[in-house]
Amino acid sequence: MQQFINVTLTGLTEGMVYAAFALALVLIWRSTRIVNFAQGSMAAATAFIALALIQAGWSYWAALVVALVSGFVMGAVIERVVVRRVEGGPELNAVIVTLGLFVAIQAGIAIVFGSSFQSFPTPFGLQGFQVGDNRIAFTPTSLYVIGAVLVTMGLLVALFRFTRVGLAMRASAFGQEVARLLGVRVGRMLTLGWGLAAVVGSLAGLLIAGGEFIYPAYMDSLIVFGFVAAVLGGLDSPIGAVVGGLILGLALSYVSGYVPRGSALVNVSALVILMVVLLVRPGGLFASSTARRA
Amino acid sequence: MGPLAQPTPSAGSTATDHRQGRDRSPDPAARLEMTGISVSFGGVTALSDVSLVVEPGQVHGLIGPNGAGKTTLFNVACGLVRPSAGEMTWRGSAVRKLRPHQLAGLGISRTLQGVGLFAGMTVLENVMVGAHRHARAGFASALLALPRSDSDERELRARAAAALADLGASRYADRYPGGLPYPVQKRVALARALVADPDLLLLDEPASGLAEDEMHELGELIRTLSGRMSVLLVEHHMDLVMRVCDQITVLDSGRQISAGTPAEVQADPAVTEAYLGDDVDVEADAAELSAAGEGGRHRD
Repeated sequence: MQQFINVTLTGLTEGMVYAAFALALVLIWRSTRIVNFAQGSMAAATAFIALALIQAGWSYWAALVVALVSGFVMGAVIERVVVRRVEGGPELNAVIVTLGLFVAIQAGIAIVFGSSFQSFPTPFGLQGFQVGDNRIAFTPTSLYVIGAVLVTMGLLVALFRFTRVGLAMRASAFGQEVARLLGVRVGRMLTLGWGLAAVVGSLAGLLIAGGEFIYPAYMDSLIVFGFVAAVLGGLDSPIGAVVGGLILGLALSYVSGYVPRGSALVNVSALVILMVVLLVRPGGLFASSTARRA
Repeated sequence: MGPLAQPTPSAGSTATDHRQGRDRSPDPAARLEMTGISVSFGGVTALSDVSLVVEPGQVHGLIGPNGAGKTTLFNVACGLVRPSAGEMTWRGSAVRKLRPHQLAGLGISRTLQGVGLFAGMTVLENVMVGAHRHARAGFASALLALPRSDSDERELRARAAAALADLGASRYADRYPGGLPYPVQKRVALARALVADPDLLLLDEPASGLAEDEMHELGELIRTLSGRMSVLLVEHHMDLVMRVCDQITVLDSGRQISAGTPAEVQADPAVTEAYLGDDVDVEADAAELSAAGEGGRHRD
């Protein structure tokens, strides 16, 4: 029983990070129909910026804020300068561009910050809470991770539901031409959307880095998990991304906790889940009625 | 379509003041002039030397057989197509390099041939996007959800709700457009165009897919609208066009073949020839008429 609780709590915590990362992918997919494979590298870059500041004596929180802001700027600039040229064109062009960015940014990180493993601090403890006589695998850091993701999601929902900019962003996502005719500055909305997505992505990167080692490619597996979570929920649905992330986190945690030598099977399991979803429900769990090209 | 308040004359409103759309007369400067417009795509001439004037507060009809260039002219008027020759003036000043997103700011609204509603947004939210240009909170303050942006959002919501009420579609406010009957969707699309309180309304086949009685209501609505804005109407249904338009321009194969009041246009032999000379189109019109008569709806 205790193991079940531990495995579940670990799964939920990791699932929250996958959810955040999937949400970043979904935000971009919805508005520009592009899967941003560079999301992971972009997040890793901001984590290295944060680490450099922390090593220079900054507090964790100040470094976090700077990292998120630089994530926003990076996302916005990349959309405006690079991605804008392939938006609305053949899908393969966009895929190649984001894959190229993925490699280029990762190489850039290695050039600027080096490619060695460096430990990333966490503002909270890594020792599990005491419940009765046992220590459970739920740490103050886990609590922080879950809280940070929930707050971010709440803010995003508020932005999209209750502000004029959010309204315009959704309109741009659902029909660019029509939105433009109604006076919405669609281009700006897309730039803003990429910026916001990059903030959410880099938050996921910073959260998963806490208490771990980071290196230029440390986000690679998170890209796979985030992508599986997004497809699981239906690439068009933000709620789906969150639910997909949680389901994936739990599933992978159970595999690694209960299957013998399961930790080696985690990546494979993610791909099995991806394949099953694509075969059984290609639109994802929360797909809207319109068919989506796989 | 619900009671639309009758226009009451009010002192000349300017482009900048904050208008309450339902109580004003048409802006006397709101005249759209298109002079010598030509458009060619590649080597194909879609429009050649077409001129028309939409007078303030008038309904101007644009008719012609399929492929006559009506939609192209429409697209020129809203910046989607750049003319290869000719000039357009709006409110007395030349409009060059018009881009679609500037349209709303110029006081021009357009409906689309289909309905073009945003699928993932409620009816009310759809209409709110149309009222977008009235909201004044800046980018940053809206992002940070500052108080100004909050009251701004509330005003947007109220304005959209009023526009829906005007067209008798209030009860659909919280529904998503996908599940609504086509005529209701068209009405919502019209509300979305009207909520911006335009000086010029471009209506692209507003009657397509409507049954006879709905078309009649639409005609009355357009007449009411003309009291407070100019309307440029592209439409296939001749009876509707003849009933509501003050002036009509007839296009055929990209050329202007006739212009004038409905009576003048109807009496013009060139128009009869254009319509009767084109067998295919007559059949299509007849099919459309009989479909409408049976209450059948077609989607674009």
